[in-house]
Formats: sequence, structure tokens, C-alpha cells
Amino acid sequence: MTAVLELREVSKAYETGAAEVHALRQVSLSVDAGELVAIMGPSGSGKSTLLTIAGALEEPTTGQVLVAGNDLSRYSANDQAKLRRRLIGYVFQDFNLLAGLTAVENVTLPLELDGARVKAARPAGMKALQDLGVAERADRFPDELSGGERQRVAIARAVVGDRQVLLADEPTGALDSVNGEAVMRLLLAVCRRGVAGVVVTHDAQFASCADRVVFLRDGRMIDQTGPQPGPESLLAPDPQ
Amino acid sequence: MSVRHALLALLSEGPKYGLRLQQEFEERTGEVWPLNVGQVYITLQRLERDGLVESDDEDGAGPQKRFVITQVGAAELDSWLRTPAGDIPPPRDELVIKILISLRVPGADVHDIVQVHRRHMIELMQRYWRIKADAAEDDIGLALIADAEMFRLEGIVRWLDAADTRLKLHPAPDPASLPAAAAAPAAPAARAAPARRPGAGARR
Repeated sequence: MTAVLELREVSKAYETGAAEVHALRQVSLSVDAGELVAIMGPSGSGKSTLLTIAGALEEPTTGQVLVAGNDLSRYSANDQAKLRRRLIGYVFQDFNLLAGLTAVENVTLPLELDGARVKAARPAGMKALQDLGVAERADRFPDELSGGERQRVAIARAVVGDRQVLLADEPTGALDSVNGEAVMRLLLAVCRRGVAGVVVTHDAQFASCADRVVFLRDGRMIDQTGPQPGPESLLAPDPQ
Repeated sequence: MSVRHALLALLSEGPKYGLRLQQEFEERTGEVWPLNVGQVYITLQRLERDGLVESDDEDGAGPQKRFVITQVGAAELDSWLRTPAGDIPPPRDELVIKILISLRVPGADVHDIVQVHRRHMIELMQRYWRIKADAAEDDIGLALIADAEMFRLEGIVRWLDAADTRLKLHPAPDPASLPAAAAAPAAPAARAAPARRPGAGARR
């Protein structure tokens, strides 16, 4: 396996007046292609900071972030933004589709922002929609789509083109457990096609869908789940 | 888990042999609850003794014996389905006791202990998730069983999260700093000792 996303001893401190707040302390995390990692931790543990730094939306105070082998600290702000648009996709809690654009226009928007022509971007957008099973809804506007279809379109937008990293901040936050599970299944399926995924969640149900769960506390990575035994391990006789 | 009532439910569909009952039980509980054929026959014997099932095949024995549900059995099944499941928690939850005790053990870091249990619960949940993910989409029985188990485990994780936060906001006093009298019921003289002076250190 190759690490597509790598954080090496990343720390982030914010100055608030005289005091310094350490949002992250020496966090190292490596996510392989095809792997989905969930980040759990209480409020203020640094989950969201970790995601914004992994997504090149913020720079670490110390440490390195590597995306597809590119050390972000070696790039100018402009080039970092380009790299971010080309390699990293985001899924938000409310899915954030633009109401005035059709499904496929929403999906191709990141490609167009990156300089692709509308016509050239459409096939990539259609492929992403097809992978998520909503190609036939490509020319519908968000308000003509069901909730589940909007989720699929939002995930398609996050992975359109050659995006190799998928970052999601509480993507199931507003959903009931069955619909939230459907979103996790989609994210997992997308990762299995070779994307490295990181999802931040406070919900143990959804976190447990991930291949690995990483626990943060006070900005430190304190623990993570181990390799998973097969489901047959649950069939052991009940001691009671 | 009531194997009795599960067998009555399977028999409510029509007469069945013991082996068939065991296979159907495992199919419907998604193989999460294994049941050996011996348990099935013992339960059937008790159901027969209580008049809830009867054999329509007097000559057969063991796997050859076929069972049917009686009217009394059907009434028992209906009554069981409508009876609220026990919702009173066990008087002593071992995990709660462990966390409470850890507060009194000198040198034990309760947050680390909470995390060990949290990780274990999430790892169990990952395994149930795998079962759901690997199951056929229309295997609703399996999904319901795995959901029930995952919600139970999630409840434990939420309690651990709450305990962690509470103990962070209101840390329990270090047991080593407790007055000697409380730590070890010793001689009366120790009990009568004046309150510990600040900086006097722990006395044991």
C-alpha cells in the first residue's frame, strides 16, 4: 500500500492574545490509497484542525503534510491551492450543492475552477455520477433530487477527476442512522477505488464503518483501533 | 435470548423437524447467535412437557421427530411478543464498577482506562459493521440484529465519552492524597489525626 496522505509530526498553535492554544501536538497519520480512516475525539480535541491541515486549507505551525508524495511546505500558496483543487475533495455536513446548477454542473465545478473547459469537464463529471449511481439524474437541479441523490452528487463532486484524497467533516451529522450508514457505505466504496479517505465524526456508529479509527484528545493522537479480525470472531459461544 | 419463543415462532409457520428448526434459527438470526442441535432438542422436550408443542409423529425420535405448536403454545408466543422486554439495567455494570474503582487506585489514569474500553467497543462495532457490509442487501434480519448490537455498544461508548468529559471537568482527587484514615482503616490514633497540612505529602 502507498500512503497518499501523510502528516508527519504536525503541530498547530494559535495565538489568542498573550496565550498560545495548541490545537494539534505532534500528530503523525498516514492514510493509504483505498483506506478510510475515521477521526474521533471530544469537542476541542483538534479533529477539525487536523482535517483543514490535511486538506491544505491551513498550514501547520511545525511538521509536514504530504499529499500524493508532494510536500506542501515546498509549494507557494498559489501552487498549494492548485494542488488542493486537483488532488483533494471535500464532503460537508449539509452537502452544499449550488441550487442554480444541475447535478453534473455541480460536480464539474471544481474542474472548471481549476481551468478545465465546460465541455471537457462534462465526461469526467458524468463518470463520477455514474460511479455513484446517479448518472441519469445529471441534468436535474438539486431541488429536483431526493436527499439520497443529493448526497451522491456531493460525493461525486468530491472525487471528480483525479482526486486522490477525500476529506469529510461530520458528513452524517444531519442524518438518521440508516441514511448516515448509506453515506458511509458510499464513502467507503469511493475509497476502495483508490482514494485515501478521512472522515471526522463524533458518532461511534459511523466511525466503526472505517477501516481504522484514530482517537484524538487535547490535540494529541492518543490511540487507534487495531487490525480487524473476521466476523467469525463474533460467533464464539456466549460466556453467559 | 429466548430460544423457547424463537422455536415457537418457527413452529407457528407449520410442523417442523428439530434439525430444520436449528437451521432456520441460524438463518434468521444471521448466524450471530449459534445454536447447537442439542440445545434445540432439550428446548423442544421442555416445550412438549409444558404442553406448548406436541409431536405429531409418536414413532420418531431425535431428528426424525416432527413438532407442531399447540393452542397453548400459540397463546404463549403471542403473549411473549407483547410483553415489554426487561429494561431494568443490571444492578452492577462491571464496566461502571471498573471505572469507579480506578478512581481509587493510586497511579491509575482513569482517562487511559476509559480509552482502552472505548477502543475495544469501537473494534467490536467495526466487526458488526463488517457483518452488515458483507450481508446481502435484503437480509433485513441480519441488519436488525447487527443494528441492535451496534446501538448497545454505542450506548456504552457514549457513557465512556461522558465519563471522560465529566472527569476532565471535575477530576477525582488523587487517592494518594486522601487522608490516611480513608485509605486504610488503621489505628484510632490515625483517625483522630488533625487535617493534613498543605504540602505535608501523602501518609499511608
